[in-house]
Amino acid sequence: MPVPILKQGDKLIASLQSDLDDKDLMQLKDEIAEKVGRFKSRGVILDVSILDVLDSFATRTLRTIAETARLRGAETVIVGIQPDVAVAMVQLGLTLDGVLTALDFEEGMELLLATIEGSHHGGG
Amino acid sequence: MVAEETYVPIDRDGDIVSARQKARELATHVGFSGSDLTLIATAISEVARNIVVYADHGEIVLSAVQRAGQRGILVIARDEGPGIPDIERAMRDGFSTGRSLGLGLPGARRLMDEFEIVSEVGKGTTITMRKWTR
Repeated sequence: MPVPILKQGDKLIASLQSDLDDKDLMQLKDEIAEKVGRFKSRGVILDVSILDVLDSFATRTLRTIAETARLRGAETVIVGIQPDVAVAMVQLGLTLDGVLTALDFEEGMELLLATIEGSHHGGG
Repeated sequence: MVAEETYVPIDRDGDIVSARQKARELATHVGFSGSDLTLIATAISEVARNIVVYADHGEIVLSAVQRAGQRGILVIARDEGPGIPDIERAMRDGFSTGRSLGLGLPGARRLMDEFEIVSEVGKGTTITMRKWTR
């Protein structure tokens, strides 16, 4: 099932579904890249709190989404990685280096605002 | 009532999702909880994806097993794909010829208690994994 992407001001919000398959993830990647341009979005929130598994393919795709969005001028924050999922990711050897993460949606939004604000002022 | 053995055909990427859902059901029935359920589901996801990416189709058989009063889950992932010419290399972190991170099989080995892989070029690959309740 495709992931719905909501536009909220200059941000995009996508909540990933539990039965997400590889095609849905690839489609999400393409749609985020396209929508960031169409809506001139400055930030993206990917909510993965429903996901009970983040395997190597999903992790790599999330990282690719964040890197692609950054090349298009938007920062991405991944929010809601569940504790068991985080444990499994570490054992698997998966990292999300260079990608912003936050505990939940609210903290993710704060982090996103701070990051966008920071980059506005030339990082200072 | 959950069956003690479940067979999941793996033919397309959507089957990876069903394989880990069925594994989670059986593992819950066996008595696993919390993070172990996630570790098992993640390991299954990796071996199932290996089938989809390299062999096109195969199957995963999940069974409840016992050893000296301890309950566990047995996972057999089988395909008749091209086989793995150099298993030692495939089991090394970071090695990949497909669209993975190269962490799939070595990662799955770390997530489970027991892991065996038998592969013959031109004949296919069978991965046998077990995890025991604590």
